[in-house]
Amino acid sequence: MSESPDTSTAQMPALEPKSALRFALPLAIFIVLAGFLFIGLSLNPREVPSPFIGKPAPSFQLTQLAQPEQSFSPAQMQGEVWLLNVWASWCVACRVEHPLLVELARKGVVPIVGLNYKDKRDAALGWLGQFGNPYRLSIADIDGRVGIDYGVYGVPETFVIDKQGVIRFKQIGPITEEVWRDKMLPLVQQLRKA
Amino acid sequence: MIPEIGNFALILALLLAAAQAVLPIAGAARGDRTWMAVARPAARGQTLFVSIAFACLLYSFVVNDFSVVNVASNSNSQLPLHYRVAASWGSHEGSLLLWVLMLAWWTLAVSVFSRHLPDDMVARVIGVQGVISIGFLLFMLLTSNPFDRLLPAAADGRDLNPLLQDPGMVFHPPMLYMGYVGFSVAFSFAIAALLGGKLDASWARWSRPWTTLAWCFLTCGIALGSWWAYYELGWGGWWFWDPVENASFMPWLLGTALIHSLAATEKRGSFRSWTVLLAICAFSLSLLGTFLVRSGVLTSVHAFATDPKRGVFILAFLVFVIGSSLALFAWRAPKVGLGGKFEIVSRESFLLLNNLILAVAAGSVLLGTLYPLFLDALALPKASVGPPYFNLVFGVVMAPLVFLMGIGPLARWKKAELPDIAARLKWALVVAIAVALIAPVVAGHWTPLISAGLFLAFWVMAAMAVGIKERVRHLRGGLFERLRVQGRSYWGMQLAHLGIAVFIVGVTIVNGYQVERDMRMNVGETVRVGRYDITFKGAQNLTGANYTGARGTVEVAHGGSVVTTLHPEKRIYNVQKMPMTEAAIDSGVTGDIYISLGEPIDPTGLGAWSVRVYHKPFVTWIWGGCVLMALGGALALSDRRYRLLARRDQAVGLARAGV
Repeated sequence: MSESPDTSTAQMPALEPKSALRFALPLAIFIVLAGFLFIGLSLNPREVPSPFIGKPAPSFQLTQLAQPEQSFSPAQMQGEVWLLNVWASWCVACRVEHPLLVELARKGVVPIVGLNYKDKRDAALGWLGQFGNPYRLSIADIDGRVGIDYGVYGVPETFVIDKQGVIRFKQIGPITEEVWRDKMLPLVQQLRKA
Repeated sequence: MIPEIGNFALILALLLAAAQAVLPIAGAARGDRTWMAVARPAARGQTLFVSIAFACLLYSFVVNDFSVVNVASNSNSQLPLHYRVAASWGSHEGSLLLWVLMLAWWTLAVSVFSRHLPDDMVARVIGVQGVISIGFLLFMLLTSNPFDRLLPAAADGRDLNPLLQDPGMVFHPPMLYMGYVGFSVAFSFAIAALLGGKLDASWARWSRPWTTLAWCFLTCGIALGSWWAYYELGWGGWWFWDPVENASFMPWLLGTALIHSLAATEKRGSFRSWTVLLAICAFSLSLLGTFLVRSGVLTSVHAFATDPKRGVFILAFLVFVIGSSLALFAWRAPKVGLGGKFEIVSRESFLLLNNLILAVAAGSVLLGTLYPLFLDALALPKASVGPPYFNLVFGVVMAPLVFLMGIGPLARWKKAELPDIAARLKWALVVAIAVALIAPVVAGHWTPLISAGLFLAFWVMAAMAVGIKERVRHLRGGLFERLRVQGRSYWGMQLAHLGIAVFIVGVTIVNGYQVERDMRMNVGETVRVGRYDITFKGAQNLTGANYTGARGTVEVAHGGSVVTTLHPEKRIYNVQKMPMTEAAIDSGVTGDIYISLGEPIDPTGLGAWSVRVYHKPFVTWIWGGCVLMALGGALALSDRRYRLLARRDQAVGLARAGV
């Protein structure tokens, strides 16, 4: 392990200009990356104006998480203002917003339907058992297909859907106290009167 | 008064950092010894003032000075003292100050332990460290001052996030930052070498111990974070592929590659330009991690409160530091030359493969982490990649690396023969295959992944045994003596590789054989989980320093006798009203019993509860493996050849100076 460094070996002759260009490759890659990061700064991952807002919620038919023999479709919620909350047991940020959802469910503020996204049934049910179940029901979107229809960007996400089944608001990332108090609650109350 | 002193100390530190950056680098370019001599005193002065600033922040937290915004937002008078200390790095501003403090200490260490290096090298290294320091000090003073006042003062603070009220918060961030800031030294050496135009073996030799030391800290820091997540988040996972975890893991992957390519550069003069590029990239990824966490471009649990102004500042700094380093690389590296030649099969080629695989692994983690951002920026349909992507891609990329890890250390430098290596390793292969096939049968459960994991782990260990045996066989003397003469850097390498094998055993067995049960348990009810009988003895109300909650009592028995009694807790923290699950874990070498409380079935909390019980065999081996890796690095660092070489360099330097 203690042999001295061998620097006596013949050095390569000066490289041709063409191959010298490849040393600029890391710089080129970095410039592209920096461009993306710059665009990323002006986009807020938590508040992307979703193309779905103002459009009818995409319909689907999926089995329920707790009762796999029963299915659910958004049409069943017609006439109610409700939240569609995308969650997963592998999602750490979900546990940040979870106490708020449990609180809303306990007070009966608004019905919440859970879309269990790319998850395993056992893990999902265990998670609800541990942290509490705020959902009227949860549906299992095992392969994430409904998630694609809804443009799910990350988990958690929450949609506010009105009585006619139109998406009115989309929260990306955990619902914070502020977002709930300042945006979502007033919206839910207003939609209910409509 | 004290916060103003802190603020003033930061401003003085910035001025000294400017002197530290400009004069020595300019001096080295002009050959001006007086200017170069500014490096050491400026670096030391900067360290002093940054340390004073940090002490002021610490003091404000300890005495509950709620007239400081940072203290009022992240602490509370009920918070116990050790968490008030930890809260000083719990916020964006405070953690930034910790970052700068670590940077200053690393620079101080360089200024002290660099007597054997040529003056222009030292001047440039310290100068580059100064440039980085300027960036972060400016960032802090302009956008995120930890000493901003809140007038009138708050009556009490908003409290530290309960997730962070844990001994993990005391040790994990300093350790992690020591690691990722430590890569700045390797980076500065690389830039200094490019500036000076001397990318020879001595450059690699000088930066090698620094890189290894930073890598040891980073390894410990990541392992601590993983262990913390395991016991604190209450669901027994140990890695989540969260963007911030990835941000610390990418520098680790490239740092690991760097350690290996530095070895080749030092011993054989090979891959010089590649090694420099790795050193630049490892630290660039540390900076990128800082950007991702603090700019809000990605969503993560770790994310700090974000502000677009901050994002723009760090991005501009990122572009300046990384962009100019890579431009310097593009300009200077073509003139470096390729160094020692080697055959297709040789120690060098195995190290090169190691480097390529680690770089691909880091690249795929980077891609997965930034994927949502790329799609978003290109206005494509949005999608995120979760743990399934990472587990698959990472496993597929890393498995060949681990296989090669068995072979590489046995290959000779310059030229090796594959048939020869195959003959030497045939018994290791037989042992690994036998264990991979027999062990799952004995354990009573088989999946392809279990066999693959066990094969890799035992292949590494068996190949290691072959290597050690070959090295001592022809030596004379007692066994201990023959083992000892191999030198600490050899044993350090073997220990670190053993750490990888131990880590793989842990991951494989815990994934293959863990038992999870979630159930409703009445008081006095017993259930069987794996080999254990678990009895729920009920829960009592609990009042802690700054929380209330429930404390369960659970008895764990094996074969009729009680093994241990565990007390999982459910806490509600007074200030933020956030419920927290404190799992109770009986930890052992062959496995953990992990119990956490779910929700009370009975509203009083005194009756039945939903309880989550895990048996996690060999899970501690995951972190044990990391500890072995870090110890391996430390052992290699203590090798006496570093001291001998330092003495030789010093003698050469003195002779050259004509003393």
